[in-house]
Amino acid sequence: MPVRRLLAAACALAVLAAACGGSGDGDGGAIILATTTSTRDSGLLDELVPRFERETGIRVKVIAVGTGAALRMAGEGNADAVLVHAPEAEAAYVASGDLVGGRLVMANEFVIVGPPADPARAAAAPDLRAAVAAIAAHGRFVSRGDDSGTHQRELALWRAAGVDPRAVAREETGQGMGATLAIASERRAYTLADRGTWLALRDALDLAVLVEGGVDLRNVYRVHVVNPERHDGVEAARAEAFAAFLVAPATQALIGRFRAAEFGRSLFSPAAAAGGGG
Amino acid sequence: MSAIGEGLLEALRLVVRGDAELFAIAGRTLLVSGTATALAMLVGTPLGYLLGRARFPARTLILAAAGTGMGLPPVVAGLVIWLLLVRSGPFGGLDLIYTKQAMIVAQFVIALPLVTAFTAAAIQALPPRLPDLLTVLGAGRARAFWLLAREARLGLLAAVIAGFGAVVSEVGASMAVGGNLAGDTRVLTTAIVTETSRAANERAIAYGLVLLAMAFAVVIVLTVVQQRGAR
Repeated sequence: MPVRRLLAAACALAVLAAACGGSGDGDGGAIILATTTSTRDSGLLDELVPRFERETGIRVKVIAVGTGAALRMAGEGNADAVLVHAPEAEAAYVASGDLVGGRLVMANEFVIVGPPADPARAAAAPDLRAAVAAIAAHGRFVSRGDDSGTHQRELALWRAAGVDPRAVAREETGQGMGATLAIASERRAYTLADRGTWLALRDALDLAVLVEGGVDLRNVYRVHVVNPERHDGVEAARAEAFAAFLVAPATQALIGRFRAAEFGRSLFSPAAAAGGGG
Repeated sequence: MSAIGEGLLEALRLVVRGDAELFAIAGRTLLVSGTATALAMLVGTPLGYLLGRARFPARTLILAAAGTGMGLPPVVAGLVIWLLLVRSGPFGGLDLIYTKQAMIVAQFVIALPLVTAFTAAAIQALPPRLPDLLTVLGAGRARAFWLLAREARLGLLAAVIAGFGAVVSEVGASMAVGGNLAGDTRVLTTAIVTETSRAANERAIAYGLVLLAMAFAVVIVLTVVQQRGAR
């Protein structure tokens, strides 16, 4: 009787699932790390997290979302630590007391990429503001539109150049850096990217770096611990251990070497020695 | 060669080489989606039977709700389950967020309306006098359930296939409540998203082909059972 056999199989599977319980936590428990897509998509966390898990027995659940979403998770106590790159937005959460123990982990730069022919002549502009204004006037721009650190920086660039982003031929993808770069490439448009993701994906793209360098394109990643005094259930001690691991000299050396041989330059430069501060 | 051709080759290479990650992800996909479908059957089959057979005031409303649920976007189910299970949510204390169990709960919610509505339709498609006939012949309530379910097996297996097909192919809910954690909650669909965002299109296509092959294998077993019963 197939129906009865099917129901028996259903019961067996349900029991099996109940038995497989637990979430595979290490001996030291687990933490939730809310972070940006760039740290995951570049493969950096695949390199660092297993090392930390081996050393401490603490499992790290890496939830890769935009920086805005990561900060919101922290603000509601739904994460134990964040690794993000939006200094202004971070400052608000530090001021509200949701995030504590912030420290500098690493840095790289944002780059403005666009069609190699550069129809807006952004590369010829004398400075960053002029380049942004040129793109606003003569180019198409593809935006992340996802409240990520990159998206927030893009909006800051328009502001600094005195451009109303609504007046630009600009489209929002609402997707990660990889998808946004691919769309910009297909549509012969400009976009803002972190150098790590750009280097990792550039071979598949018909885009070129047109504007780079300068303090306004600096991209800084910080780790923060969620304040256990404001949120119940936060694994502050384990989160602190992870934050300390990220800025430890051995980890910092690893970050500096990460995929450097492959690209001829490092994707992230270690920054912990440059000082902490949230 | 085109990305699709490369993907085909890569898929073959991974399968032939016995790629550990591929098999782990495929096995996990089968476990999570299989369990969710099984649980949806345990609840949805009796519920659909009741909706197909009994007459009570809220019946039409529940049937309409099940019909609507068939079109429930997985990402909405995922969002709701996420809000319930996340640490600050009402069931945060269970510590289920970003686990396979959370994914099973979300996929159960997605599969349940499908199983329920298909079962109700299958039961209602039976000759209307059949239940009375069974009662007259002296079948008890449980016995009648089995006999009717047996008669409706074609529709019931269609319910299982629809439920499994929906959950094994969804990505939004698994991503939201599972977190796509490598080696823990990454299933074939979320792995495809990950590989695509890393521009590893060949591997993404390989995973897609494995997903199709797996779904095909499961459905072919169910269809053989279904059609054997039809004779």
